[in-house]
Amino acid sequence: MFTGFDFDVISRSLPYLWQGMLFSLGLTLLSMLGGILLGTLLALMRLSSFTVLSAPAGGYVNLLRATPLILVIFWFYFLVPIAMKKITGDAYATGIGPFYSALIAFTMFEAAYYCEIIRAGIQSVPRGQGHAAYALGLNYRLAMTKIILPQAFRNMVPILLTQGIILFQDTSLVYVVGLTDFMGAASKVAQRDGRLVEMYLFAALVYFLLCFSASHFVRRLQVRYSTGR
Amino acid sequence: MDFSVFLQPAFSGGGTYLDWVLSGTKWTLLVSILAWIIAFIVGSVLGVLRTTPLAVLRAPATVYVEVFRNVPLLVQMFIWYFVLPEIVPLGMGDWMKTRMPMPEFWNAVLCLGFYTASRVAEQVRSGIQSIPIGQTYAGLAMGLTRGQVYRHVLLPMGYRIVIPPLTSEFLTIFKNSSVALTIGVLELTAQARQISEYTFRTFEAFTVATVIYVLITLVVTVGMRTLENKVRVPGYIGSAGK
Amino acid sequence: MSRMSKFAFSLLAVALIGAPVAAQELTGTLKKIKDTGAVKVGHRDASIPFSYLDDKQRPIGYGVDICMKIVDAIKAELKMPKLKVEFVPVTSQTRIPILAGGNIDMECGSTTNSVERQKQVAFAPTYFMTGTKLIVKKSSGVKGYDDLKGKTVVFTQGTTNERAMKAYNDEKKLGINFIPAKDHAESFLAVETGRAVAFPMDDILLYGLRASAKKPADYQIVGQFLSDDPYGIMLRKDDPAFKKLVDKTVTGLYKSGEINKIYARWFQSKIPPKGINLGFPMSDALKELVKNPNDKGVEACGKMKC
Repeated sequence: MFTGFDFDVISRSLPYLWQGMLFSLGLTLLSMLGGILLGTLLALMRLSSFTVLSAPAGGYVNLLRATPLILVIFWFYFLVPIAMKKITGDAYATGIGPFYSALIAFTMFEAAYYCEIIRAGIQSVPRGQGHAAYALGLNYRLAMTKIILPQAFRNMVPILLTQGIILFQDTSLVYVVGLTDFMGAASKVAQRDGRLVEMYLFAALVYFLLCFSASHFVRRLQVRYSTGR
Repeated sequence: MDFSVFLQPAFSGGGTYLDWVLSGTKWTLLVSILAWIIAFIVGSVLGVLRTTPLAVLRAPATVYVEVFRNVPLLVQMFIWYFVLPEIVPLGMGDWMKTRMPMPEFWNAVLCLGFYTASRVAEQVRSGIQSIPIGQTYAGLAMGLTRGQVYRHVLLPMGYRIVIPPLTSEFLTIFKNSSVALTIGVLELTAQARQISEYTFRTFEAFTVATVIYVLITLVVTVGMRTLENKVRVPGYIGSAGK
Repeated sequence: MSRMSKFAFSLLAVALIGAPVAAQELTGTLKKIKDTGAVKVGHRDASIPFSYLDDKQRPIGYGVDICMKIVDAIKAELKMPKLKVEFVPVTSQTRIPILAGGNIDMECGSTTNSVERQKQVAFAPTYFMTGTKLIVKKSSGVKGYDDLKGKTVVFTQGTTNERAMKAYNDEKKLGINFIPAKDHAESFLAVETGRAVAFPMDDILLYGLRASAKKPADYQIVGQFLSDDPYGIMLRKDDPAFKKLVDKTVTGLYKSGEINKIYARWFQSKIPPKGINLGFPMSDALKELVKNPNDKGVEACGKMKC
């Protein structure tokens, strides 16, 4: 079947691939945002001295980190709608849509990874900072939001972004539930037109260029941040 | 919830659904372990190359790491399975597609192995680079060659330092092995999916698979921690992989 | 996002009151469609000519056309002429969980109405009759199922054809090496590239796949029917109001004879993307079903015992 490259198949499907790319980017950015928010919450719980908070957070993080992403996607994609149905008691009112199903799956999965990054970030802020804040009369919330978290996040920006690049690559796995992200679009065209070689190599090139330049950018940021201190 | 479904005779193949689970676990472990061997060997070579003073050795290793790290695993899996047989010489391509034994399995092993090698390379490199440069100089001053410095000074130290990050890379390869289902390997996640399809017992099937993944992770973590303690370099633990 | 907040709000409301707010007259799927202002239609990527993507990647086909008639009926019933239609891609594996979970309201594809599936979902009256056959390369020399002994066969995961073929393999002890694929296009590609010798699938889909192949003349469709596969639009179970509307629409198409026009458009005329005519006249079985519509299913394993 390999009879010379057919570049035409790529140019013909560009609008479709672009739509897929928007899906991938949207999923990446939103689940990064959600993952960092939920991850921060989990990190604070894990660092809490109350076992009722730290134990469930620790359990959640370890469970998610031991489970393959594809299985997590299956869990959320197939079972969350059914669980929702049981919770709300309304047999038909759910149906939050495939994009949101995927978004929930990725947010919950990434939160476990972000939690560990953020926990390390918080622990990298010298303890004295927290003590000083309490000595000045700040309560826990103020000490966290005004003193510790800003410093922690400043240190963590490069790692959080690197995790974002990994997340972007991982979004390609929504292929397993037949959604049309960039890779899904590429594979649908590839299979319909029998142009696997062109489409998959093209997809690899696009992912490489995006991720390579993004990680290059993060590396430069890292240098700036580390020399800035 | 009704876990007795696993004791029911399976639709096809003669066994029970439990046998499907066990067979899935077996393939997951086989893919992971074989891929890990490739990743460890190739990754070690690349990692060492990246620390040599010779640019002509460093450059190809760097290119390798950048390429394999910046393309999603799923895309690499498809390239190994669908693209490679079409772009190699015809006879070899035909062999890969029709006469190669268990093509899905071996493609998955090679893909995962070479993908993870790029990550192992980075760990090995940072392990070696975390050893103070003075040790290299001391070795050279004592009359050792570069090769001997690696053999007797840098590598023995480096490997002991990178055990913790390499453990987590193994756990990653083990989880990533589920991507092999996209090219048709019936590993654990694929079997869970298949059981849910045949029995409509989605919750039970996914629960059992998740529990197995967690158990294996636990066993590996505990085992590696024991090894870590045995070979620990005083003053070095936890300093690598950052 | 507003849908999410609405959803969160209703979750809260339910938690506070402890039970769903008493519904007005509408119930089930119809109520959901009314509330969200959108109907979600599941479609396939490569079930030619029932439900597939044209060259602009829009879902089209015989099943999609019939579903659009149902959408028209919903618009009329709910008096919502501006009702939004959202298309959601599904695969053989995902269609049932996605439907049951509420991410689609109906599936317009090539789904066999089997007794086993009826435990999970409901079906509209059968709109096509087909059955399992094999597609092979002419050069392979395979003439029927028994020629597959020890050979590699590809199947689409989650299909009734998979079950029929596996049951046959078990019974005749053929020792076939099975490889799974995600959708029909991927399965057919395995035959095209030589990875698999044969692909068991509903014969009509095989004709569709062959017609869209690069060299249709290289392939032939062989074997006796291994199973009977009546296709129907898939709906959620236990939703009589919605099912009644769907049934009325489909049987209405049958009574008015409009079905013949829709049928001819997809089976006896040139169809996208390549402008091929399948030339597949309506079978006697389907003519009978048009006269006396029913939504009875078949046993899952085809002509073998499960």
